[in-house]
Amino acid sequence: MDVVFWSRIQFAMTAAYHWLFVPLTLGLAMVMGVMETLYVVKKDEFWKKTAQFWMKLFAVNFAVGIATGIILEFEFGTNWSNYSWFVGDMFGAPLAIEGILAFFMEATFFAVMFFGWNKVGKKFHLASTWLTGIGATISAYWILVANGWMQNPVGTTFNPDTVRSEMASVSAFWEVVSNPVAVSKFCHAVTSGWVTGGIFVVGVSAWYLLKGRHTEFARKSILVGGLVGLIGSGAVMLSGDSSGVHAAEFQPMKLAAAEGLRDGGRGAAFTIVPGIKVPKMLSFLATHDFNGFVPGINDILNGYTDNDGNYIPSVAEKMACGREALDALAAYRELRDVDPMTAAAAKYVLLDNAQYMGYGHLEKPEDVVPPVGIVFWAFRFMIGLGMLIALVLLLSVIAAWKDKLATWKWLFPIAIICIPLAYLTGQCGWIVAEVGRQPWTIQGLLPVNVAISSLSAAAVQTTFFIFLAVFALFLAIEIRIMLGAIRKGPAADLKNE
Amino acid sequence: MSYEFLQNYWWCLVSLLGGLLVFLMFVQGGNLHLGNRALDEQRRSMILNSTGRKWELTFTTLVTFGGAFFASFPLFYSTSFGGAYWVWILLLISFVFQAVSYEFFNKKENLLGSKTFSIALMANGVLAPFLVGTAVGTFFTGSDFTVNKAAIADASSPVISTWGNGWHGLEALGQYHAVLLGCTLIMLTAILGSLYLLNNVDDDEVQAQMRRSVKMATWPFLFFFLPWLIILLVRPGYTVDADGVIGMERFKYLHNLLQMPIVLAMLIAGVALVLLGIWKGALTKSRKGIWFAGPGTVLVVMSVFFLAGFNGTAYYPSCTDLQSSLTISNSCSSYFTLKVMSWVSLLIPFVLAYIVYAWRKMDKGGLSKKDVEDESKY
Repeated sequence: MDVVFWSRIQFAMTAAYHWLFVPLTLGLAMVMGVMETLYVVKKDEFWKKTAQFWMKLFAVNFAVGIATGIILEFEFGTNWSNYSWFVGDMFGAPLAIEGILAFFMEATFFAVMFFGWNKVGKKFHLASTWLTGIGATISAYWILVANGWMQNPVGTTFNPDTVRSEMASVSAFWEVVSNPVAVSKFCHAVTSGWVTGGIFVVGVSAWYLLKGRHTEFARKSILVGGLVGLIGSGAVMLSGDSSGVHAAEFQPMKLAAAEGLRDGGRGAAFTIVPGIKVPKMLSFLATHDFNGFVPGINDILNGYTDNDGNYIPSVAEKMACGREALDALAAYRELRDVDPMTAAAAKYVLLDNAQYMGYGHLEKPEDVVPPVGIVFWAFRFMIGLGMLIALVLLLSVIAAWKDKLATWKWLFPIAIICIPLAYLTGQCGWIVAEVGRQPWTIQGLLPVNVAISSLSAAAVQTTFFIFLAVFALFLAIEIRIMLGAIRKGPAADLKNE
Repeated sequence: MSYEFLQNYWWCLVSLLGGLLVFLMFVQGGNLHLGNRALDEQRRSMILNSTGRKWELTFTTLVTFGGAFFASFPLFYSTSFGGAYWVWILLLISFVFQAVSYEFFNKKENLLGSKTFSIALMANGVLAPFLVGTAVGTFFTGSDFTVNKAAIADASSPVISTWGNGWHGLEALGQYHAVLLGCTLIMLTAILGSLYLLNNVDDDEVQAQMRRSVKMATWPFLFFFLPWLIILLVRPGYTVDADGVIGMERFKYLHNLLQMPIVLAMLIAGVALVLLGIWKGALTKSRKGIWFAGPGTVLVVMSVFFLAGFNGTAYYPSCTDLQSSLTISNSCSSYFTLKVMSWVSLLIPFVLAYIVYAWRKMDKGGLSKKDVEDESKY
């Protein structure tokens, strides 16, 4: 196993680990915001204490989320040196904006929210609680702008003098910011956080009901958490639909892998599980046309004609173009000072083939096929579990609203089990998004084996195991603290209700 | 706005963020007192809670400093982070432990006991300023790397920035001039930490102890800082001509100082403010020393960055291949990226304003014993 493998696995582990904490931050922020708003509007201390309880759990989760976020930022530089240079001109801007706009907002108002109950007025405190969540959401937007660009690199051109992708005009920045992949990813990721936060609140409250403790606190928490989660579920489905359309348009290989579709065609069927298919459904989901053409893995490898009648070259043809681009780049860099005429000709060839430059680094066409089994099953778990959680949220809200919690006790253990399942769903989502786009760090432009730093495999292997140990330790502590706080329950005067 | 203006503007912003980061590392310096046996447990808890309410600002400034460097000078990010691997990884781990330590410290479910997290905070108090200082120290001593942008077309060895040795940054520990700056930063942040706690903690005994600590840390601070500064001014430096060719120049940084009187004024004013803050904290009854030493620190750090990068100087020199050295102009982002980010940077005063507003409210009256009896305490 080489340095590429260890760099990938280290980054994958860090991103997956970070994504354990972010969804709960996004979701609980909404829940706490609603609860504290009820406190300020209704002037009811009950809601204050309820919000404070969830804030305690939020704080533990938030700290580990922040700690793991900085590791990702550092790893871009430490383990993906070429990537950092190649994309720095585009990637750095969202990161810097995220820092200026979002991180300081989160950091400042988190402190006010957590320590400021007796230091600032009610309304200022309420604003701080919302601003903490808004800061986290803004942060998600900018990082997903960067991620969306990696999946669909719009608004930039390759500059052979600097050897990187650059934004050529200010309007290009807006193209990057409004990248449809980024927008749907943002909606999908943030609202999936609401689902996680919602089911977390519902599941914990269900545990109290199962134990016969804090029943009124639990019922009202289920109402607020369940509604937040339910709204999130609806939004996740809508944004998931647009994510599918975007994958078909910009990353057809990811969609083919997620469907395990070897040979595509018109009126393609959607596979629920192997052997059970819904006719024409994949075509509809991917193109919003029951007879739309969806390319399979072999079509992409061998070349095909898309729904607009355009011929999409085979991977072998793209590789030939990519190699021509790389040869032209080498020639341009060598000749630009000594033979400007020949260098200009090389530059022309390079720019003509630049969109396939990344293919020039591949060894064989099959390198563009991601691990199909992993992506296929992750996709199915994500959808299946997501629908189960949406159903549980719906039933929980109905039970709390209609006062049927005492009779629907069978729902409680299911709601509790849904907490880890929500995390599994989120992880599956990231696997589909990130494993599904392998081997690219930047779609079509930079494969993982060229994006790395000049390090030994042993060095990255060492840090991988260090991080693994640290992450395992933090997770064990976090879970113990969370469970301890849940066992202890909310404030004393909410205990005997 | 010309490209050159934008490059310089972003070097100023990165320098400002660097200065603010060192100032806010009073959190790290303050945490060194967690092991102070002259203070009882309750008072150590006050210190923990006082720094614990600011650590996120320091952390966020670190993240933003890194993000701004990445955004405006990506070749530094890719060269230094990918090359000086172990330095950045050590700094990272130290900060990661710090980030969770506050939250885990007093929880009985924390598996390792409070003492472990207290040690983690103190270790961060030494390691973070030392590593940051030593890394910045290499801006003047140089590092062992090469940059070859054409490499990306070479399938067998596509990495643009390569480090010349297997130590990956740890070799800086053998460069006494860089290490002197690391040690200077440990003592400076210790002083800032004591001055901050003197100002923030509403307890006579803590305040008396902080005054003593300021006195104690001042001499070692000067012991490290003055030799570092003198060596800097007499050492040869890395100069870049109008064609971008890098060369060596005797007394380069002294020349920079004399040729940029504003930077000279900033350095003198910064040092004077730091000393004034120390004097107020150690020798008068005032608790406001941090308000002098803090801005003084920002000015000194900014002047150090200006010496490293302005006046035709390579700020991240390569001792292996002079022409691989990084300058403000050869390592920066494109014109349009810098322009877009410059517009965004106009929001910084607004961000600073709400931070100041929020903390003025939160810090009113300082941190008292009552605050560490509150349920939301660390």
